[in-house]
Parts: sequence; C-alpha cells; structure tokens
Amino acid sequence: MRRSLLFLPGNTPNILINGNCLGADAVIFDLEDAVAPDQKDAARILVRNTMKYLNFRGCEVIVRINSLDTAYWQADLDTIVPQKPNWIMLPKTAQASDVQTVDAYLTALEEKLGMETGTVRMMPLIETALGIENAFCIASASKRVGALFLGAEDLTADLRCKRTKGSHEIEYARGRMVVAARAAGVDVYDTPFTDVNDPEGMAEDAAYAKAMGFTGKAAISPRHVETINAVFSPTAEEVNYAYEVLEAIAQAKAQGRGAISLRGKMIDAPIVTRAQQTIAMAEELGMGKGGQA
Amino acid sequence: MSKVVKSLKEAIRNAGLKDGMTVSFHHHLRNGDYVLNMVMDEIADLGIKDLTVNASSIFDVHAPILNHIENNVVTQILCNYMASGVGRAISTGIMEKPVQFRTHGGRPSDIALGRTPIDVAFIAVPAADNMGNASGKFGPSACGSLGYAVADAMFAKKVIVITDNLMPYPLPDWAISETYVDYVVTVDAIGDPKGIVSGTTKITRDPVGLVMASYAAQVIKHSGLLKDGFSFQTGAGGASLAAASFLKEIMLKEKIRGSFGLGGITGYMVEMLEAGCFEKLMDVQCFDLKAVESIRSNPNHIEINALQYASPAFKSAVVDSLDVVILGATEIDTDFNVNVHTDSNGYIMGGSGGHSDAAAGSKLCMIIAPMFRARLPIVRDRVHCVSTPGQDIDVLVTQGGIAVNPKNAELTERLKAAGLPILDIRALKEKTEAITGTPDPLRKGDRAVAQIVSRYGEPLDTIYNVVD
Repeated sequence: MRRSLLFLPGNTPNILINGNCLGADAVIFDLEDAVAPDQKDAARILVRNTMKYLNFRGCEVIVRINSLDTAYWQADLDTIVPQKPNWIMLPKTAQASDVQTVDAYLTALEEKLGMETGTVRMMPLIETALGIENAFCIASASKRVGALFLGAEDLTADLRCKRTKGSHEIEYARGRMVVAARAAGVDVYDTPFTDVNDPEGMAEDAAYAKAMGFTGKAAISPRHVETINAVFSPTAEEVNYAYEVLEAIAQAKAQGRGAISLRGKMIDAPIVTRAQQTIAMAEELGMGKGGQA
Repeated sequence: MSKVVKSLKEAIRNAGLKDGMTVSFHHHLRNGDYVLNMVMDEIADLGIKDLTVNASSIFDVHAPILNHIENNVVTQILCNYMASGVGRAISTGIMEKPVQFRTHGGRPSDIALGRTPIDVAFIAVPAADNMGNASGKFGPSACGSLGYAVADAMFAKKVIVITDNLMPYPLPDWAISETYVDYVVTVDAIGDPKGIVSGTTKITRDPVGLVMASYAAQVIKHSGLLKDGFSFQTGAGGASLAAASFLKEIMLKEKIRGSFGLGGITGYMVEMLEAGCFEKLMDVQCFDLKAVESIRSNPNHIEINALQYASPAFKSAVVDSLDVVILGATEIDTDFNVNVHTDSNGYIMGGSGGHSDAAAGSKLCMIIAPMFRARLPIVRDRVHCVSTPGQDIDVLVTQGGIAVNPKNAELTERLKAAGLPILDIRALKEKTEAITGTPDPLRKGDRAVAQIVSRYGEPLDTIYNVVD
C-alpha cells in the first residue's frame, strides 16, 4: 500500500537518517533536482549508505535517478541497485523506449549482481507533454513498470502555462494519466502540493486526486504526509459499507437470489469490486469493522 | 513612611550583609536580568567575601559571577538551573564547594524549612510601590508572574526589592506583599526586555519534532486521562508546543474542557485557555509577551508561587493535581532515569527546574526526545547523572517509537491497542545504536562539581568535573 510518497533530498544526511520515521508509506531519495551537479557523487554515496545501514521495513524505498539526457543515470543505477531499492523513478520519461533503455540496463545489472530479473521495479515520472500523450505506452513498456507518477511542475513549464493552486491547467494530464495507468493495470501517483503553509489547500488537492482515481500522492514536506495518508485511507463509513455489501452478497447467494439491493440501491459487480478493494486496504491498515485502527 | 533608600549600596549596608552570608535572586528576568550582576558588583565593591548565592536559576547573562568566584566574593552557588556558558566553567572544577542543584519545588521547601536560610533576598521587580508591594505585571520590564521570588520574600531575614518602575502606593494586584519587604531601591533598568520574555514562542517545523509531537498527543488521547477536568503542563520547546497544538485540536474536536494548564506559561497555552480547552491557567512563570498580557488582563489566568506550584514541604501543591506533563531530556537510561543537568559530554547545561516536581506529581509524565542528537543516542544504559528518578517517568516518545515504563502495564496495553508504535526501551536503544553506534562511556573526573538534591531535600546524584 502506497498512499504517501515523500521526497527527501539525497544530500541531506539528517533528513535521510530519519526518513523511515516520518510516516510516509514510501520515501523517494532524490538524486535529481534536489541535488546540484557538483553534489551528485556525494548524494549518490550518501543514499547508498543510508539504504545499506538503515532499516526501512514498512516504508518502501524509491530512488529518483537522473534523467537519460544526463551523464549521471548509469552511475546512479550502478551505485543504488546493489542496495535493492523497491523502485527506480525515471524522471522526464517521454516514451516507451526510455523505459526500455533503463529496463535493459537494470536487467544487466541484476544479472551481474545475482539478483532475480525484475527485482527492482520502475515508476516512470511523466512530466512532459510528450510523456502525457505516451502515458499508456510508457506504462506498458516493461513488466517492471508498476506505477506512473505525474510531475506537474516541469509539465506546466513544457505546456507553457502557469502552475496554479487551482490546478485547472493539469486537469487533462491528470485524467489522461489515471486512464492510461488503469488501462495498463498499474498504479498512478499524483504530483506534490507545493505550498507547505496551506494545509487546507493540501487536503483539498489530495481529496481531488483521490476522487480522480489516483492511488496516492507525493509530498515534498513531511508535514503533508499525515493528510495524504488520511485522505487515501478508507473512512470508517466506507469500511462499514464495504462489509455490508459483502454480507448482502453472501446472504443473496445463500438465498439463491441474483439481484440484490442495499440501502435502496442495486448492488452490481463494480460496487462489489470496490467493496473488496476497500476491505483489503482497511485490513492492510489494521482497521477492523467499524473502521477503528 | 517609605522604605525607599537612595542606593543599592545603602540597602546592602542597611541589611547588614557580611562575609559568609547567603544572598538570593530569582530568574524571572531570565537572560535579560541586570540585577544579579548589579548587586554582586556592589557587594564586591563593599569588600564582602565568601558569599553563598542562592539563585533560582543562573543564565549566561550572569557570566560575570565567574569573576566573583575567582575573587572569592562567591564561594558557593545553589540553583535549580544553570545555562551552558556558566555551566561549562563550573564543570571544569573552578569552585571548591560543589554547586547544589535543587528543583523549583524543592528550593522553596528547603528555604521554608530552614535548610537553606537566606540572609538577604534581592528581588528584582518590574513594578513596586514605596512600601515594597511588588508585581511582575506592569512596567517596561514586565515579566508576568513573580512566582519564584515569593519564598525568598517570605523567609529571608532581610528583603530588598529593586525596581525600575516605582508606582503610587498602593500598587494594585501585587505578588509580593509589603509585609515581607525591608527596603526598596530604584534603578534605571532591571533588565533588557528582549531577554526577559521572547516575542513569541514558536511551534517546531522540524519534521522529526512534529512526528514526536503527534505521537505525544496520541499518547495523551489514549491514556484514559483526556476527559473533562483534564489538567496539563508542557514546556516552551518547539516539539512540546507542537504536541500542545495537536492536543488542542483533539480537545476542541472532542469537546473536552480541561480544568487547568500549569507551569511556565507560553502564548500557546494562553490560546488553549482562550479557545476553551481549560478553565484556568496556573502560572508560576511567563515565557512570552502573550502570556504576560494574558496574566495582566484575564482573570482566569492566575499567578501562583513556587510553593503552591510544586513544593513538597506543604500540605499540597498544584503539581499533585496534574494529569499529564510533557518534559524533555538530554539523556534517559533503560531504567527511565532522566538527565537534564548535563550534555552528553558531561558539561552542565541545565537543571531540573520543575522537571522532577511535575514528574513526581503528575499521573502521566511523558518525555519527548529524539532518538539521537548530533550522532549521540539519547537512550543509555546509565545516564551521566540522575536529575529525575525513573520511577516518576511513564513514557518516552521518540520519532522511532514509544517506550512505556514497565510499571505501567495498563497504559502499555492501551497504547498498543490504539496502534501506536510501542517498543521496549532496550529495543529502542538498540534501534538507535544500530544507526549511531555505541558511544564510549564518559570519563568522570574525581572532583565533585555539583550535587543534585532531590525535591525532598535528599542527595540524589553527584556531577563530577569533565576530563577532556
């Protein structure tokens, strides 16, 4: 379960060392934008050592490497992959071949290291107009791809529009990403909310992303993690309803009835699927009936 | 009649101060205090030597006291807190007689019981009248409560009030009554307002601090104590304030109305009072301007003195009615003993203040501390010195998990049931040392530089000189 993905700059030891205590379901160790060119080596080594010596049990590790148009990405992978990150995030992924390039490099590395092929998964970061248009192809380009990630800051620069709090300018991109990811059968993560001093705006933005179908959302501040986790967790009411749906289905089956209704509404297959997803997530969160942790 | 004398020197002479006596000071003017240095300089000028200084706290603004130590004007210090600048010098062993550290409750107890008699109390006050009625609430150096000065006024043989704001008799709303005061001295300024109270005390933005604060609020929520009538004390540190902020949200959401907030009071506690989280604030010391304004104007914000706050020598103290207190630690050991006197290198940089008192009196005493500071783990096999005994500590909250004192089996179960990350304090120590490594034990010198006296007046531990 990944509701919150927290970006941590790869060159800040005091933050990296506490990365597994900040409540996020996954941390993204950033070797790209957060790290100046003359700090790339140091950050790479620091992230490697953090992964080597710290226990991130219960918190997935994603490493954002540098993009394919830089001289850094191979060295990033050479240094990081031996530490078995859960995911590699490839920035500025614009087409399926970008994924395949990294996939091939990862496969060779895994073979060399004696790791099972496909151990390290890929989360392409889509942040260009071309990437948005190619989102389904990117999501389907390799079995390693388990999720897509929308990056709105670079995208709006590419679209030549202003990034606003209302986010109307990324409406299409968000929709396109969700549809492409779901069509390819992978998860999809929303861009971070960048104002750390607007908790209400943050909560609204996360709720909107959830309503659109995103699996979770990234954060650039630990202060956003709790809100994201809350928004992307089922509510007690949703959990209760899901249990009611499954009980109604079980009763109908026992009575040999086909069509059933609950609270005056017909229960059809999508409702059952959603109920099962809700209960699975609630169980993973340790929420029982009644939605209590 | 008037008790006003022309000068400080005249007041000192009139009070009959002689070699070998004890003088006392309070710390309400904190790092803005001019009075301790001013008085000690006058005393040195008069050629008086071998004095014991009983000050409720020594701040770094009081560093000139080191010269008076060197010149044998001051030969012993009793205090409840000593800031790191002076503390570092003391830690090297510059005094023959060890410093005696007491608690904010133990100091007035020992004064009242005659264990630490005071010959002359020098009481800086932001407002006084010509007969010595005195208050901290008015004037350019307003500090709010004068709670730590009251025992000195009541029990010292001679009492000199020093003010930069002489007001017409009778002064309204005094903390110190004329019945105790011998002389009144006016000076240009008793302190620097910037150092007396901070403009605002701020909630931490540090992510680790916020994680700890969130855990702390959850511990309180699930402790069984958070209900109507709840009482609470917290410090002015960023993480403690953040915990209060999370607690405020819970109290407002669940419509819980507490009975009182206690202690050194910050603007944040004032906000909780004004939001309806508490019926009253019981204030022994104001930490910021908002608290000063509130104690001056809000009748539900009540000034109390250190005897009433925390003194075990009397029939009861407010800490005895306290539900929850949040405190800090520089180190805590696997028996939950807490050190707040020295840093990890053994240098004096603090003191109990009200730590031990609130820990002993409260139903739930929670320590908030990060797993490590500057690469040094906070949980140790044995603390460098015991400031507050482990039997009075209930919970340790860190960013890496929460350790509950094994004496609280029921609380452990409650917190586990709430889904909080509970782990044994030894496991927390191992988890931390997996990151930091295990530090070498500190080498202690062979010279006692300070004695820690428990709130009940008994020896608790000894601090030795630091060996580099």
